[in-house]
Amino acid sequence: SVPSSPIRLRELIRTIRTARTQAEEREMIQKECAAIRSSFREEDNTYRCRNVAKLLYMHMLGYPAHFGQLECLKLIASQKFTDKRIGYLGAMLLLDERQDVHLLMTNCIKNDLNHSTQYVQGLALCTLGCMGSSEMCRDLAGEVEKLLKTSNSYLRKKAALCAVHVIRKVPELMEMFLPATKNLLNEKNHGVLHTSVVLLTEMCERSPDMLAHFRKLVPQLVRILKNLIMSGYSPEHDVSGISDPFLQVRILRLLRILGRNDDDSSEAMNDILAQVATNTETSKNVGNAILYETVLTIMDIKSESGLRVLAINILGRFLLNNDKNIRYVALTSLLKTVQTDHNAVQRHRSTIVDCLKDLDVSIKRRAMELSFALVNGNNVRGMMKELLYFLDSCEPEFKADCASGIFLAAEKYAPSKRWHIDTIMRVLTTAGSYVRDDAVPNLIQLITNSVEMHAYTVQRLYKAILGDYSQQPLVQVASWCIGEYGDLLVSGQCEEEEPIQVTEDEVLDILESVLISNMSASVTRGYALTAIMKLSTRFTCTVNRIKKVVSIYGSSIDVELQQRAVEYNALFKKYDHMRSNTNPSVTVITIQASNSTELEMTDFVFQAAVPKTFQLQLLSPSSSVIPAFNSGTITQVIKVLNPQKQQLRMRIKLTYNHKGSAMQDLAEVNNFPPQSWQ
Amino acid sequence: MIKFFLMVNKQGQTRLSRYYEHVEIHKRTVLEAEVIKNCLSRSKDECSFVEYKDFKLVYRQYAALFIVVGINQTENEMAVYELIHNFVEVLDKYFSRVSELDVSFSIMFNLDRVHIILDEMVLNGCIVETNRNRILAPLFVLDKVAEG
Repeated sequence: SVPSSPIRLRELIRTIRTARTQAEEREMIQKECAAIRSSFREEDNTYRCRNVAKLLYMHMLGYPAHFGQLECLKLIASQKFTDKRIGYLGAMLLLDERQDVHLLMTNCIKNDLNHSTQYVQGLALCTLGCMGSSEMCRDLAGEVEKLLKTSNSYLRKKAALCAVHVIRKVPELMEMFLPATKNLLNEKNHGVLHTSVVLLTEMCERSPDMLAHFRKLVPQLVRILKNLIMSGYSPEHDVSGISDPFLQVRILRLLRILGRNDDDSSEAMNDILAQVATNTETSKNVGNAILYETVLTIMDIKSESGLRVLAINILGRFLLNNDKNIRYVALTSLLKTVQTDHNAVQRHRSTIVDCLKDLDVSIKRRAMELSFALVNGNNVRGMMKELLYFLDSCEPEFKADCASGIFLAAEKYAPSKRWHIDTIMRVLTTAGSYVRDDAVPNLIQLITNSVEMHAYTVQRLYKAILGDYSQQPLVQVASWCIGEYGDLLVSGQCEEEEPIQVTEDEVLDILESVLISNMSASVTRGYALTAIMKLSTRFTCTVNRIKKVVSIYGSSIDVELQQRAVEYNALFKKYDHMRSNTNPSVTVITIQASNSTELEMTDFVFQAAVPKTFQLQLLSPSSSVIPAFNSGTITQVIKVLNPQKQQLRMRIKLTYNHKGSAMQDLAEVNNFPPQSWQ
Repeated sequence: MIKFFLMVNKQGQTRLSRYYEHVEIHKRTVLEAEVIKNCLSRSKDECSFVEYKDFKLVYRQYAALFIVVGINQTENEMAVYELIHNFVEVLDKYFSRVSELDVSFSIMFNLDRVHIILDEMVLNGCIVETNRNRILAPLFVLDKVAEG
């Protein structure tokens, strides 16, 4: 049978479209690849182009096509334009500098850069500018530089971007392109102007010297921009009524880089920026794209305050626009400027807060970040209300960040301790499972320091976990609190709200539920067990129950719990005598301090030291102020453990302030009655 | 800079892919699948910019075809949004002249032409030309050479 010529790309595409399954498609591809491979082996020039085109299509679908790399090189070397076109495309799609084979292109590219047909030169520039390696760039930089100076605008614009690539690959070569940049901006052709601005931008970003050198171009750039705005309708460059918006955006970006940290340049561009900001048509996306870039430039250079306020007000107007794209970029920009222009952004706070209710996830996120940045002492109550509502209704991906943000803001700006505790409670109950692990110790610290709120806090936390103990951070904080302030809970001491009636057993019930629940993480169980243990010194009726619980967990599978339980058990055994006052080895001493002088003593502290065989426990004193004229006393209880029944001796130290001076008294007490220690 | 330029249909079939940074071939197919999934799950109330990994996607839908452009932080999202439309207008001008078939069909069967158009507009991830006539000029020359 006569071998048929390789099928055309169209036919391949039609065939593949008939495949009903992935497996069927793969089979067709494999069959065609085999045919292409054998065709390549025949070294047939006629069909090489067609075969490579098919290979590129299959590559796009995700099938390997590396066996066609060398064929691309052969096409590039061909004299036919159609061959070169596919060859260079293939090189860009299939090759990169990781393959050694790409170096073989260097000579072809060099020749084609000097080709008599500009479209071939264009192909070479494009390919070199996309994937040329450092060696290739080094070899061919001279050719690129030459083309950068040509009067052919088709080639000049591509040479500029090719130069950008060369500079990125071989930064030392940047200098050699400097002369060619001299009159780039004199070009009338917009393609050349555009890519020239890109080249200048690249050079300025890479080298402070270049940046300083190119600042002198600011007036020329301003003129070009002005012409674009002021010139009438130009069909060649018009996009929805605006003349070459892409070039305008590029120039604005270069101006930004040139004006940054430079007063003179910033001043030179002030007027044109104001002009663009006020005159650009805002009804279409095109105009807003330019305004967006203008705002970014104004905010980044040393612009005068009036211009900055103008920029932020533009962003504020963007926020009210129906177009979500514009709202998105507005919030992004405001987030960048909120630190430096805080007051100006504050004026748009309510609009920003409204964006928390937007349906777009990215817009919501930015609105949240901005809202946190805008919270201050004056607006904290209102802002927290909105943010707590947001926390309640937002997507799970936001909750952790939102919770952290609320904690931070509350810590900084809380108007009262009660509000602070209430806010923490709201977060823990609303998003309790999303709160970050490191928040728990911070919250515990916070609660510890809010002494007057202990009773209120423990009561609220107890009520919160009664209904639901699945949210781990909430349960951890609650367990700790109950362990620490459980006595306040059962004694019903709450001042801030109606105190609840709860028994010691009920408290232990909830802690034990946490211990046995399979929703509780190991860490949480640890908190619960420790809390139960601590309550043994605060509760009076249920110590035996506590002992029982602790001894059970001495054989827990959870190693962490087991260790704790064992240590707590040991405490029970070793120091049980310290719990009760009827223990004969413990001596209870009550001291009373009085002041007969005519002035009070303040900051009174009693300290005591005993010999090594004794152990001392000082309970909290009743006060630190002793009133004058014997009108009041400080009492303090000391418990001394004396297992060896030795003679009790004590060294004491008194420190206090009296008559404006700091005082200190030292003494030894050796005359304790023998009954107290025998 | 522009990281990649994709045309993907609703069924997830890639109609055009161009990467301006090196991406492994199996990673490309994963990326393309994820990107189209992302775009398809967007509602009318959401904006055209998607935050994806450490960069952004700008997308526009034309009938059953999505054009998705990956950009880094330095690009102006709204300008890229315009660029996509510019590209579509150029395609429209070329293919409506060349065939009576539906434009997306023409794109599929003339992939090499679409690449040429894209190459005239974007070089190494950067805009090089936006004027329709200047973009299409080399293509008309190629068409003449191919005919002859």
